[in-house]
Amino acid sequence: MARYLLTRLWQSLVTVVISSIVVFVGVRMLPGDPAVSLAGEEASPARLAAVRAELGLDQPIWVQYAKFVWTYLHGDFGRSLRTGTPVGEMLRTTLPVTLWLAAYALVIAVVLGLTLGVIAERFRGRWPEWGANGVAMVGLSVPSFWLGLLAILLLSVQHHVFPASGYVPMTQNPVDALYHLTLPAVILAIALAAVVMRQTRASMIATMQSDFIRTDRAKGLGRRRVLLKYGVRNSLIVVVTIVGLQLGGLISGAVVTESIFGLPGFGKLTLNSVFTRDYPVIEAVVLLITVGYVVINLAVDVLYSVLNPRIRVAGDA
Amino acid sequence: MTVLGSPVPTDPTAPEALADGVPSPRPRRWWRGLLRHRTGMVGAVLLALVVLAALLAPVLAPYGPTDVHFDTPFQKPGTVGFPLGTDNLGRDVLSRMLYGARASLEVGILAVVVSTVVGVPLGLVSGYWRRADAVVSRLTDVALAFPFLILAVGLAAIRGASLSNAVLALGIAHIPQMIRVVRGETLRIKATEFVVAAVAMNAGSLRIVGRHILPNCLSAIIVQATIIMPGAVLGEAVLSFLGLGIQPPQPSLGVMLSDAQQYLSKDAWLGVFPGVLIAIICLSFNLFGDGLRDSLDPASHDRK
Repeated sequence: MARYLLTRLWQSLVTVVISSIVVFVGVRMLPGDPAVSLAGEEASPARLAAVRAELGLDQPIWVQYAKFVWTYLHGDFGRSLRTGTPVGEMLRTTLPVTLWLAAYALVIAVVLGLTLGVIAERFRGRWPEWGANGVAMVGLSVPSFWLGLLAILLLSVQHHVFPASGYVPMTQNPVDALYHLTLPAVILAIALAAVVMRQTRASMIATMQSDFIRTDRAKGLGRRRVLLKYGVRNSLIVVVTIVGLQLGGLISGAVVTESIFGLPGFGKLTLNSVFTRDYPVIEAVVLLITVGYVVINLAVDVLYSVLNPRIRVAGDA
Repeated sequence: MTVLGSPVPTDPTAPEALADGVPSPRPRRWWRGLLRHRTGMVGAVLLALVVLAALLAPVLAPYGPTDVHFDTPFQKPGTVGFPLGTDNLGRDVLSRMLYGARASLEVGILAVVVSTVVGVPLGLVSGYWRRADAVVSRLTDVALAFPFLILAVGLAAIRGASLSNAVLALGIAHIPQMIRVVRGETLRIKATEFVVAAVAMNAGSLRIVGRHILPNCLSAIIVQATIIMPGAVLGEAVLSFLGLGIQPPQPSLGVMLSDAQQYLSKDAWLGVFPGVLIAIICLSFNLFGDGLRDSLDPASHDRK
């Protein structure tokens, strides 16, 4: 187990280093010379050289990269070109919004997907299965941002059930915060719930046909008990994998959802930074998402190995 | 490449191979399965309609997709001359949707091409040669769930938002899945008896991969393509909606929804039709793909 963890940790570190290089090089490939934009178009070559030296642009690329890593490790992400606000502060205000939204959506998706998947297995060949399958199929096909637009129109503009936009910090008023986040979270959860449902159903069907389930049934355990205790437990492994695989989709979805519901989150920051060409912010945002993505993937893998002993053994061998 | 003079007699469709459950490249068997697959056929019919409508857009559309009629904005659906109404600039919604579906399919197909052209060779290599597998699989694991939107954001930051960037981002984002699938198939087929026989007959690696493994991977590749398609269509809609994909005034279903956003409270239908069309396109691919998978893959008989 320890060895497996160390290997995974090492791999994650390599991934983070590689992605930091990609981001670093990517930002330097962007059109426009920072020295020119700082000194002005008509600056003399000597002035340009001075600005370059000041920015450290005259040094070898690997020295620049080392400096970039160094400042980042010290929590200095630079300042926004637009507002002059430290990027670190922008991240601190926007991240909680997105994290709460994603966590809320994740809970909804897993609960909904698991329930529908178990129902589909329990009532195979009868209308609840067809219903659950249909719901999943539609959830998979309908663009969630469009559902979001329709939901705002129906539930906020016409019937005032949920607020169309606005955000209340969780620390201020948890109930109100959840209330404001419910509609966006449900919209964000739909696609993920559909995937979880389909995988749960497939895995439940496979599990319930396996020998150990038959043995349990033969020993006289009730069907419901076997289904809930052993079937669902085995499906949880699949759910964890799926959540890990759908992480990218969840992040992408969060960006869209925030943009529709006007949430002052990380996704909004990402989009705005691209549209205003705010390079320090883009750099920090992309790198942070990559690192966060790697860390969560690592967590998923660890959780996976806890749930599924076979992986653990294979990793140690 | 072949040192051996005589053609290798191991035909992938040999009876032993079929008995092992290797899908036959001959179309007859799965074609029948698909015809009996009810929801799969519904998907196929829907898909045929969508493709036909998109292909015939120049014929079917009453107006050009960017033609403006400033004297008749916000016409209700059912108005004479404008079957689905007009938008804020008086552009015909039906015409824009037909061309938008065209753009959606175009992006979807190109994204599939990108992910296939890169993913299939890498999958074959990593499935067949263990040493390459270590590198390719590691990279695939890392890239498997990377958010395509961040990729698109990065590309848009470097090269500016455009259709080709949307295609690139969506194509690249789906490469890891294609690698996974092809690698898995390669590993499985590599272990079958006819490949072992080919190795025993001194067939070169390239010949084995090209003549025996690749053709037998085809069904898995096709199924994967039907999974990537709706993902890419949805992705295009999202990117265009956010302004990172197809740029207005060019018609795209995502752009139409983005335009409609501010008029929703008064003219809701502007935001309804394009969304329904996106859903229909994706639904048809998902249904068709499910049917195709069930009839191509002997292992998944859980749906009948």
